[in-house]
Amino acid sequence: MSIIIEDLNHVYMPNTPFESLALKDINWDIQDGEFWGLIGHTGSGKSTLIQHLNGLLKPSSGRIIIDGVDIHGKGVKMKNIRQKVGLVFQYPEHQLFEETVERDVAFGPRNMGLSEKEVTNRVKEALESVGMRYSQIKDKSPFELSGGQMRRVAIAGVLAMKPSVLILDEPTAGLDPRGRDEILDEIVQLRKQRKITVILVSHSMEDIAKLVDKLAVMHQGQMVRTGTPKEIFRDYKGLTQIGLGIPQITELMLKLRERGKNVPADILTVEEAKAELLNHIRRKGNA
Amino acid sequence: MREITIGQYIPGNSVVHRLDPRTKIILTICYMILLFLLNNFWGYVFPLGFILMATLLSNVPIRYILKGLKPLLFIITLTFILNSFMIKGRVIYEIGPLDITYEGLSQGAFMAIRLILLIVGTSLLTLTTSPIALTDGIERLLSPFKRIGIPAHELAMMMTIALRFIPTLLEETDKIMKAQMARGADFESGNLINRAKNMVPLLVPLFISAFRRADDLAMAMEARCYRGGENRTRMKELYMTGLDIAAFIIFIVFVIGVFASRFFV
Repeated sequence: MSIIIEDLNHVYMPNTPFESLALKDINWDIQDGEFWGLIGHTGSGKSTLIQHLNGLLKPSSGRIIIDGVDIHGKGVKMKNIRQKVGLVFQYPEHQLFEETVERDVAFGPRNMGLSEKEVTNRVKEALESVGMRYSQIKDKSPFELSGGQMRRVAIAGVLAMKPSVLILDEPTAGLDPRGRDEILDEIVQLRKQRKITVILVSHSMEDIAKLVDKLAVMHQGQMVRTGTPKEIFRDYKGLTQIGLGIPQITELMLKLRERGKNVPADILTVEEAKAELLNHIRRKGNA
Repeated sequence: MREITIGQYIPGNSVVHRLDPRTKIILTICYMILLFLLNNFWGYVFPLGFILMATLLSNVPIRYILKGLKPLLFIITLTFILNSFMIKGRVIYEIGPLDITYEGLSQGAFMAIRLILLIVGTSLLTLTTSPIALTDGIERLLSPFKRIGIPAHELAMMMTIALRFIPTLLEETDKIMKAQMARGADFESGNLINRAKNMVPLLVPLFISAFRRADDLAMAMEARCYRGGENRTRMKELYMTGLDIAAFIIFIVFVIGVFASRFFV
């Protein structure tokens, strides 16, 4: 499913002394099946932007076109849009409310008006896909789980609606390294299985570099850059100027280049770096 | 949710903003009492003049103040209509068994103006005084009553905390509402019972988060050795200046005007 954003502007609290332009002339083209990363400094407009993608916020001007349909056009049902575009907010565990895990995950599918049997199937599937045993966890209260488990139940609550686009706003914030890796792994698995489009908002350049195919950079309400992670992270200076960084390993390789070592500038992962450095040492040994 | 302007503060550096909060609180209370001392239309000239002057000096956009009146428009209209019908006197117009009288109309208008001036006056206080300054002022004004057992500091602290968390809770509500809407929740349609039921996915997380915040805040205050008001000093002391004295003098002029209007009209 493709999402096209055309000349999107968003003004917060218009006609008050607190008026501010949150998004400015955003144009963004998301094709079916792509894995996007969205990075930007705190307050750069990332969260505002993604809330436009499922119609939670209405643009002040501009259009959002999902599968060829303007979502604010006539006769478009928001419920359908929100089913297609699943949005996992930051700290999604704060939205849990039901008495049991099963009923909480079932909230979304029930709102879609599915049959009880289909709802149960979806709940089961969603919980399994975030690595939880349905039979073990379904009758527990969401509030007796650990932080990482709560987060996964909350993500399952969105997955149970079977969205074709999944947007995650910092899904790993506040988790320990293991919890973080598990959640990211599950997202990658999910994308493989269901062939869905994923948009990942993150502050971790390492995660972004490792996972996404394409990257969009936000700064002061504008989308200042889009491209592959290799293209984006090559510009170390530009990124640091807008309060962002690059993956540590990329930075290390750039520093080595500054010292006259002949290594590539667009290394994104430790594995790549290892291979390149071994090559480099070998070449030196031969010379 | 964001339409609420009563209790909202608009930052600024005008003369009115710079007044000591105590001055503003005392003047607002006196102004309210004054409105109830009036007994004829002419008297309104004085409070009207006072509030108009204060508004102009405060640089607060007038439409902001008018917006604060909007939610109370219903009560104002109701007051006007009830008064118009209920008071006996010279009949102007008859609708079935109901009479509109000259006395009723004038009494209705009189009450409506009183209400409007009351609201404008109090909202001007909150629009030009930050919540922290306001509670500071209240604490200082109440402190003489500590001897008779009024916990001035504790009351002020509770108010500060309550005011401080209004925007936070509004933001939280907005966030949870959106998160549930993203899962297909519907907060707008359905009959009353259904709507109340639909609020559960909003209220449960909201209460949980409010309790968590209260817990965290209590812990943070304890960690910084908070022990109530005894021997506490403050970073920003309140001082009355020439500006405050001027404000009181101007107000007294208007008060004299009001009393004069009671005798001469």
